[in-house]
Amino acid sequence: MSFNLKDILTPFTAWANVVKDPVTIKDPFTREAAPRYRGFHANDVQVCIGCGSCEAICENQAIDLVPIEGVEGIETKDGDSGLRPSVDYGRCCWCALCVDICTTDSLRLTNAYTWVDTDADNFIFTPGVDKKEWDDKQEGWRKPQDGYEFYGKERVHMEEMHSPERIDPKDSFVEFIKGYSKEQAQQEADRCVSCGICTATCPAHMGIPEYIKAIRNDDMEEGMRVLYETNPLPEICGRICTHKCEDVCSVGFKDGSDALSIRWLKRYIADQIPADTNQYKDMLGTGDIAKNDKKIAFIGSGPASLSAAYYLALLGYNCTIFEKLPEAGGMMRYGIPSYRLPYDQINKDVDYIVSLGVEMKYNVNIGTDITLEQLNTDFDAVYAGTGLHLGRSTRIPGSEHANVYQSVDLLRDIVTGAEVPVEKKVVVIGGGNVAMDITRSMARLQMEKYGEVNVIATSLEDEEHMPADREEVVEAREENCEINPGYGPQEVVLKDGKVVGLKVWKCLSIFDETGAFNPKYDESDERIFEGDMVIESIGQGMDLSYLSEEIKTKIEFGPRGRIVVNEDWQAKGLPWLFIGGDIIEGPDVIHGIANGHRGAMAIDQFLNQGR
Amino acid sequence: MINKFLGFKPDEKLLPHKTVTADTEIDLSSHKYQKIWLGPNHPGVTGNMAVELTVQGNTIMRAKTHVGYLHRGFEKLIERRLFVQGFPTSIRMCVAEPDTNEYFIARATEELSGYADAVPDYANWLRMLSLEMARLQGLLRGVPGQGGTFALGIGVQWGVYLRDLILDRFEELTGARVYHMYIIAGGVRGNLPAGFKARMEDNLRDIDDFIIKIKKLMFDNSVFKTRAKGLAVITPDMVDKFGIVGTNARCCGVKRDVRKDNPYLFYEKLDFDPPTATDGDVYSRTWIRWQELIQTVDLIRQIMAKMPEKGDIRCQMPNVLNWKIPKGETYVRLESGRGEMGMYYVTDGSDKPRRINLRGPSYNHAISVLEHMLIGVDVADVHAIMVSLQTCPPEIER
Repeated sequence: MSFNLKDILTPFTAWANVVKDPVTIKDPFTREAAPRYRGFHANDVQVCIGCGSCEAICENQAIDLVPIEGVEGIETKDGDSGLRPSVDYGRCCWCALCVDICTTDSLRLTNAYTWVDTDADNFIFTPGVDKKEWDDKQEGWRKPQDGYEFYGKERVHMEEMHSPERIDPKDSFVEFIKGYSKEQAQQEADRCVSCGICTATCPAHMGIPEYIKAIRNDDMEEGMRVLYETNPLPEICGRICTHKCEDVCSVGFKDGSDALSIRWLKRYIADQIPADTNQYKDMLGTGDIAKNDKKIAFIGSGPASLSAAYYLALLGYNCTIFEKLPEAGGMMRYGIPSYRLPYDQINKDVDYIVSLGVEMKYNVNIGTDITLEQLNTDFDAVYAGTGLHLGRSTRIPGSEHANVYQSVDLLRDIVTGAEVPVEKKVVVIGGGNVAMDITRSMARLQMEKYGEVNVIATSLEDEEHMPADREEVVEAREENCEINPGYGPQEVVLKDGKVVGLKVWKCLSIFDETGAFNPKYDESDERIFEGDMVIESIGQGMDLSYLSEEIKTKIEFGPRGRIVVNEDWQAKGLPWLFIGGDIIEGPDVIHGIANGHRGAMAIDQFLNQGR
Repeated sequence: MINKFLGFKPDEKLLPHKTVTADTEIDLSSHKYQKIWLGPNHPGVTGNMAVELTVQGNTIMRAKTHVGYLHRGFEKLIERRLFVQGFPTSIRMCVAEPDTNEYFIARATEELSGYADAVPDYANWLRMLSLEMARLQGLLRGVPGQGGTFALGIGVQWGVYLRDLILDRFEELTGARVYHMYIIAGGVRGNLPAGFKARMEDNLRDIDDFIIKIKKLMFDNSVFKTRAKGLAVITPDMVDKFGIVGTNARCCGVKRDVRKDNPYLFYEKLDFDPPTATDGDVYSRTWIRWQELIQTVDLIRQIMAKMPEKGDIRCQMPNVLNWKIPKGETYVRLESGRGEMGMYYVTDGSDKPRRINLRGPSYNHAISVLEHMLIGVDVADVHAIMVSLQTCPPEIER
């Protein structure tokens, strides 16, 4: 092999480096990591809701959710699991998927990267709870922006009829929300992160992530089984539930993110199964229930009674429901307009419950047709879910006039087919869902009678604090109703003995410093809402006329006339009388269903005490 | 020469076989042979792998590769994780150039779920940038590293410093220095930081200087030439027989480069021609890699010039926690610094992959090719040959 002199000398050019400055970094090692560096975890625990998505996505199972109860300085809030992620640095690979999926954007990785400790156990810590020196460091990995989303932020649009089509006089009470198609439902169900905060919040603790999963798997029968575990009225609840679950949905936590459409998904499952009670029984395995000899009477056929009767019927009890009105459903049928909840859907849910052997006795008035004492003699236990069917009056001057009505009475009359007075101009007092129901029902009736809408609804609460669901207010306005919140009614204005309007003052505040109801008005801001009839819709009271004087002396009444019950929902003093529904909780359907279910369990326990 | 000067005449009969082949008979009971283990820890590989050598004197008679020192069952681990959870594990299958495996997982899941065309252009340019940066940092270690195997340590120090500068750029682009976890199904996890291009250009200029310096240090070096030339020759007929790919194939004139043969991302929009050589020995392999260093620097400049200024980094995909991919299979491949790598990906309609299989070039290069090449060479050259074949054991034991 020949050697080239150049090849021997050239490598020595490397000696030039001897006179160059070194490039190495010397102690102390203070180099700052890049602004996007994935270093140690930090969590804003006040913002975090403990949804556990970080735990679900962690590929190393390094994240565990731990309770923060009792930790000083941290308060849990509504829709908060009370847990916070703790990270095990023996497992973590700093991939930051936990940060990318965080539903609240509270979790991040700082750019701190040195941590020396003599105790290995310290490397399992709860960011934000266990204070670290990097907690205040703002630089580090955060969820990338620019459309980088791990789950869909926007709710799948629900097809609906728009005004004026939906108040078309030809068929103005037709249901206008059309329901999801399969593709839409699956797309919407895909957004769920299965955190379960909805389940914790739902009064009935429905298995929401499980039935949403059934939609993703296109397994409607499984979906129905999950629904019926906690809720025997899915068609009804899928339409008019007050959806507390959606209010706390972690997917909708951030600004610009929509909560999952849980209510519509529930409706989607129930809508897929035809109204065939035999199919229901096959699906839910309730075709063959062994009956026992115990008999239970139910007063009223609202959600609480139906729910309690369903679960007791499954246990073999003989259930009989006494209903004052000609059909089942209570407030669901006689208080909610059919454009929101069609009657055939109520029948679908009720028919299945009846098919399990629950006996319905209509047009029976407890207290007059049959006494409560008689029920006690004929049955082993009595369940009273009588609801809130009495309207409350504002008691303002002029409110005793014949053309001042109660919304519950009118809504009931619309359903029973009784003659409903419809004037050209209507004023509704109230800002809740019932007020919106009567407002929108009157609008439809006006369209039928006069071909135009002229309804004004007013409430003490301002726009932001109206108790009605937002969509109700929006939809009422779409239907040409005028919603004027923030005014307090002072007087029904009469002229020549006829109602001509409602005098209102601007409401400044509703409650005083002690929290008591004591509205303050700006008397200078006075308005007259013109109207030929006034409808009061400021809440309802209970009708306990079925309780005899003797029974009334045996039981106790709490604040606002509510019957005092123990933790088993038994009336204090009368162990055979169980109470449920709006008269103890709520008022809404899902609370009724939930306490009906719990009441059923209590009755079962009560009747089996001897065994 | 020294022997000649000293007048020393060795007895040829006592010397080991001069022309050892795989057929040469070895009688271990003759006491002429010795077994030594090279590894599992030694400078020839990234990771751990042992070579069992049967030697006579300094000459290797037989070589056998032993793996299993870092087996963690990466493929099986990924098969038991959700689709989105796969990439942090996949990168462990190649420490030296982890980005390639991120790309496989992302691309395969996109193809099988029908999102391959939905990935934003901006994200694809960034993917290409990170893949070329990964190649660059690999070469900055690999080219002078070849000198290091011949005790030429200074070049390695220059290269590792420059590699760290590229890792700085990785740190600001991806949030990490070595395990970048940047390419995710649907796109990438971050846009280009402000001022990135200028800082990258500074680094590339430093690397331009380094390219000249390392040429003087290694390729104009009589020691390096003497030891590397003619060592462990790959011939064109071996290429198909052994499944040799990448620079190891190009060193003997077989021009194979997935970026050209089966273009992916936006490689068609880049102007480059993979370098080739004819000799097939350690020297020409290193020489090609040195040329590839020049080419990669140029490619990064081209990418930075041609990529859009801004855009979406990821397309909207299904919820990662509920993501199911219909039944299907695909093979995704790319040109890594070590040659063609590929991943076979099978899905069965569930939320986890049914089977994944990584085809890493080291599987052939470090087992069958290495065992074949070591026969007859000097023990001192084993490290050099392993580095020249770019042995990466995690890729074998995935």
